[in-house]
Amino acid sequence: MEPAAVDIVDLHFSYPDGTPALCGVNLRVQAGESVAVIGPNGAGKSTLLLHLNGILRGQGQVCIFGVRVQDGTLREIRRRVGVVFQDPDDQLFLTSVAQDVAFGPSNMRLSEEEIARRVHESLAAVDMQAFGDRAAHHLSFGQKKRVATATVLSMQPDLLVLDEPSANLDPRARRQLVRILRGLPVTKIIVTHDLPYAYEICERAVILSGGRVAADGPIDDILGDGELLDSHDLELPYGFAVAGARS
Amino acid sequence: MSGAHHFLTEAQYGDSLVHRLDPRVKIMGLMGLTVVSVSTPADAVWAFASYLGVLLFLLGLSRLPLVLVLRRVALVLPFILMVAVFLPFFGRAGGGGYNVGSVRISGAGLLVLWNVTAKATVGVTAMTLLASTTSFPELVAGLERLRTPRLFTLIVSFMYRYSFLFVEEFRRMRRAMEARNFQGRWLWQAGIVGHMVSSLFLRSYQRGERVYLAMVSRGYDGSMRASAPLALRRADAAFITGLATVLLAVRITA
Ligand SMILES: Nc1ncnc2c1ncn2[C@@H]1O[C@H](COP(=O)(O)OP(=O)(O)O)[C@@H](O)[C@H]1O
Ligand SMILES: [Mg+2]
Repeated sequence: MEPAAVDIVDLHFSYPDGTPALCGVNLRVQAGESVAVIGPNGAGKSTLLLHLNGILRGQGQVCIFGVRVQDGTLREIRRRVGVVFQDPDDQLFLTSVAQDVAFGPSNMRLSEEEIARRVHESLAAVDMQAFGDRAAHHLSFGQKKRVATATVLSMQPDLLVLDEPSANLDPRARRQLVRILRGLPVTKIIVTHDLPYAYEICERAVILSGGRVAADGPIDDILGDGELLDSHDLELPYGFAVAGARS
Repeated sequence: MSGAHHFLTEAQYGDSLVHRLDPRVKIMGLMGLTVVSVSTPADAVWAFASYLGVLLFLLGLSRLPLVLVLRRVALVLPFILMVAVFLPFFGRAGGGGYNVGSVRISGAGLLVLWNVTAKATVGVTAMTLLASTTSFPELVAGLERLRTPRLFTLIVSFMYRYSFLFVEEFRRMRRAMEARNFQGRWLWQAGIVGHMVSSLFLRSYQRGERVYLAMVSRGYDGSMRASAPLALRRADAAFITGLATVLLAVRITA
């Protein structure tokens, strides 16, 4: 049997200042799934995400495609897990878009031709192929967000993790990103508190609340349960109904 | 957008033979010109005239609007000259000199003033020419291929890239404060300004940390590979040999 894309067992983590952020998280994601991790601010979503590629290391066990996250495996893990951070300005730090997209592949010590090919493909995947020579500060926020996604796609990750992908996007940029993400044939974990957005991309939802998994199931069931959402300070926008909303 | 934004991004103006030269060649040539000029004895007036002549020739080739160049030179030069202007008054006696009323102007001091002025003008004009015909990414790429340590070019790129965000952040903060009627005129408000600066520092620091995490997430292990080499073309070779010949000829006879 193929190993699970993500297998987290009893994960605990506190920040150095003593703030407990994760208090016993268990989560299993199969390869090919698209899972939304939803929860109120401060629930520990971003903290959990940083455990998926070993940036943070708590107590407990995190396995990615059967490989345990530990000192000797970080290189392999970071190649397979692509993390798109919330603020694209954190991810685009070089002088041109193409250089930023080439950054991951060149860390993987790929050949020049292979890097060039991947830069081209990744920019095409997010509809930004015409912007390779541009400087990041000349792009709109939505464009930056797409390029930030490309900087990770160029590493050809098996698991794509996005932190609040819809934050600060206008409706059009938001739709574009949904379309792009839905078209990517990789395992996806999307961290968000934007419930309609999660609904458009994922078939399964996990509620993280107070550093624990509070609910886990098909997204229709989770988002259809008003009481459950309410008890974790989540709510659907006014007028949004789950049944039949999926296109 | 903001003033700083403008200043940095509009740095490259137009397109010409000089614009299209390899950045390495431009950096070496114009830096070389500056170094040679600095090493020239102050009394070789015609040598400095030749250096300026070369620069004017290149400026002509670059088809940059002269006003633009003069404005940029005028922006930097006063700072350098500010110091030099006082030198004639502090010079020791001897080496000839003049009395203007009760003020004594020393001849040696005057020579120093001329020396600094001539060299600063050549240097600043050369750097302006370089900056006005080379985009920032090209400049960094050029430095990199000249074996400038990757760490240095990386820091310079970072500063360039994030200066825009920094300026934006600063303006946002100021606007937010102005919206609450802050005017920043009175001394007792210095405390607030201090707070603003420390808050900006903290934000930049946190930004740096997040950028680093994003880099590590993409497999960064502290070393960066240089990108593909640039190829020198005929125009580049012509530029650098031509310039070197003129400079050497002038310098040796000076
Ligand atoms: N760098 C940090 N240092 C200390 N505490 C932190 C840090 N980052 C987050 N926290 C705390 O950890 C908890 C979880 O934060 P986070 O994972 O960012 O939540 P979310 O992404 O769900 O909004 C919160 O209580 C937050 O205040
Ligand atoms: Mg978060």
